[in-house]
Amino acid sequence: MLYREAGQFKSTYAADQQIFPIRQDRVAFAILLVAAFVVVPLVANQYWFSAILTPLLISALAALGLNILTGYAGQLSLGTAAFMAIGAFMTYNFELRVPGMPILVSFVLAGLCAAAVGIVFGLPSLRIKGFYLAVATLACQFFVLWALQHFGWFSNHSTSGVITAQKVVVFGYAFESAASKYLLTLAIVSVMALAAKNMVRSETGRAFMAVRDMDVAAEVIGIPMMKTKLLAFAISSFYCGVAGALYAFCYLGTVEPEAFNLDLSFRILFMIIIGGVGSILGSFLGAAFITLLPIFLNVLFGAFSHLSGFDIPHAWLSNIELIIFGALIVFFLIVEPHGLARLWQIAKEKLRLWPFPH
Amino acid sequence: MKRTTLALAVAAAAASFSGGALAQAKEQYVPHNYYWVGPYAPGGSGIAGGAIDYLNMLNARDGGINGVKFTGDKCETEYNNARGVECYERSKKSGPTGATLIHPLSTGITYSLIEKGTTDKIPVVSVGYGRADASDGRVFPYVFPLITNYWSQNTAKIKFIGMKEGGMDKLKGKKIVNLYHGSPYGRETIPVLDAQAKKYGFQVTHIEVPHPGNEQQAQWLQIRQIKPDWVILRGWGVMNPTALKSAQRAGFAREKVLGVWWSGAEEDVIPAGDAAKGYIAAGFNVSGADYPVIRDIQKHVYAKGKGEMEDKSRIGTIYYNRGVVFSILTAEAVRTAQERFGKGKPMTGEQVRWGLENLKIDEKRLKELGAVGFMQPLKVSCLDHEGGGQVKFQQWDGKKWKVITDWISSDQSIVRPMVEASAAQYAKEKGLTLRDCSKEK
Repeated sequence: MLYREAGQFKSTYAADQQIFPIRQDRVAFAILLVAAFVVVPLVANQYWFSAILTPLLISALAALGLNILTGYAGQLSLGTAAFMAIGAFMTYNFELRVPGMPILVSFVLAGLCAAAVGIVFGLPSLRIKGFYLAVATLACQFFVLWALQHFGWFSNHSTSGVITAQKVVVFGYAFESAASKYLLTLAIVSVMALAAKNMVRSETGRAFMAVRDMDVAAEVIGIPMMKTKLLAFAISSFYCGVAGALYAFCYLGTVEPEAFNLDLSFRILFMIIIGGVGSILGSFLGAAFITLLPIFLNVLFGAFSHLSGFDIPHAWLSNIELIIFGALIVFFLIVEPHGLARLWQIAKEKLRLWPFPH
Repeated sequence: MKRTTLALAVAAAAASFSGGALAQAKEQYVPHNYYWVGPYAPGGSGIAGGAIDYLNMLNARDGGINGVKFTGDKCETEYNNARGVECYERSKKSGPTGATLIHPLSTGITYSLIEKGTTDKIPVVSVGYGRADASDGRVFPYVFPLITNYWSQNTAKIKFIGMKEGGMDKLKGKKIVNLYHGSPYGRETIPVLDAQAKKYGFQVTHIEVPHPGNEQQAQWLQIRQIKPDWVILRGWGVMNPTALKSAQRAGFAREKVLGVWWSGAEEDVIPAGDAAKGYIAAGFNVSGADYPVIRDIQKHVYAKGKGEMEDKSRIGTIYYNRGVVFSILTAEAVRTAQERFGKGKPMTGEQVRWGLENLKIDEKRLKELGAVGFMQPLKVSCLDHEGGGQVKFQQWDGKKWKVITDWISSDQSIVRPMVEASAAQYAKEKGLTLRDCSKEK
């Protein structure tokens, strides 16, 4: 009833091609942005900022990066965490070695470094596909961590290979509180998500999808294979690199190369599989599912054993959480193999017909 | 839509969760952020059990510390940095005075919490792990790598080897292999060993075992070629039994394999079976249930049908006892803080920090605690956040760990300058000014 586009006429091409063609969507999204930028900083406490929202946004950004490569361009990658590591360590080095370097410029340069490495490790994609490519990107994952641990330069010769993020200062304002770091992360993620959304609607995005759907056909209609695939690797790695930089500078503060191990790559891959492969929104939904659900289960069981007074051994609870988490993943994949984003889309379609479905 | 309902549900659960601990004045909140699942669960669950049982024993036996009872919630960190930070953020405001202190029980989580703890004024206590250079309390006011850090332990190991060889001068020309886990934890002692090799004239070879360490054929082939006099095993998890089995296969005497304390629990040797017999490991706590403190836990907790360990045979193992040591330190720090800031009151993190920094556990106090020989005496100060620096060595006889030395002290003439130099580099990078310890009260 409320969600209906009747009476909304489009008189220009621009109006027809905007991201949210339906007015209700635009209003809802504007409300969401206002909530994220204004309401949340007013009501949330530090726990929410530093333990829930900031890591959620950062994982969403990394998932978005992987989604560009895997979801849109169809190149399976297991090296996401390695690109994040490059972003984190290179930002640290730019800040350390170049006096007076603005942090945002460091983020961009670190992202470009990640992109350069991404291009190098994207080269095999010109010859190999699918699972074989995944194995090649696995090499990237191990090689990058190995390099970060074995060349002291990257961690400024710290014995344990751990780096400590410098202060985040933009135009003289120091981002120190959890709320300000959340806002900085949110701003960066919003801008990059908008850029990604526009990119996938552009010629580049269409070329990516053509390569994904059938690369021989794409080549026949004149899409340059090398340029498109390497561009996908570069853009994806850039996003992951910036996410890694934010992970170190706005979230943990101190990171070791091991924090960016294969487990993290898999987690991000699961995020896009659960959220929706080939969907910007899906990256966010998947990140929310994978990062929040375990915490939610932990809190829920904690509250349950507090209130009920049941004396369940904690080792059981921890394992039950994992079992439920796994079961939910399987459940969602069976019910909707295209991810949460597809569920959301179906819900919207149903809503447009409600309350008079034919 | 889905996201908002999920968020609302989380919020509701979180509210009820923290609402349970509404300001009841006489409670000291200690978060139990450990891990009960994953590849390192044997260590995590054992330590968690010992730590929680000891505090419950104090509550049951003495009614807490001067009437202030310990409370706490368990939070699963999965040995994962992000989960560890989440647990920390969740627990830090609980209870009447917030989190007393935090035992992150993971070097990675410790690193992530150093700055957060300092800002929130909550001490981060990393007993036997974490940053070695945090022993310099001038740079790290809120970080306490208590008892013994990795570097100190390493000097004690070389001392032990010297004793076995018949004097430190006999070390000249000896060959030692450092077989280490490929992680920050594993690499931590390389510079100390190099410094000692120079000082005593032995030859050291560093050989890395990539995580997780269940493939070591190449490494032991190399060791066979080197023919070292000793192998220092700086392992973790599955790497330890694998190393012992590979040593057996390579024909290397297990009596010459010397483990670090994260390589020296029952869980590390039992899977290796026969191959582990004769293996020696360092420890800052010993195993065994025959100490008054453990007997008190049996009497006041387990005899009443309570207690954390389902498998009662794990009481008195290395990991369990290590957890007890963790909590003895927690409780003693709170007691010390109460003596200054008011007996019978719950202490804030800031006050407990003072308690930790002025912690003094001498032989007399150990006797009162029922822990003579169980842990070492220690004295913490503003300069020295380590406080002990001693190690005992124990040998696996095929059935249990047998303590074979007294407390062996470390060589602070090597460790301290390195700690200070490394801490100074950290201070420089972060732009910190050193605390003046003479002004601390």
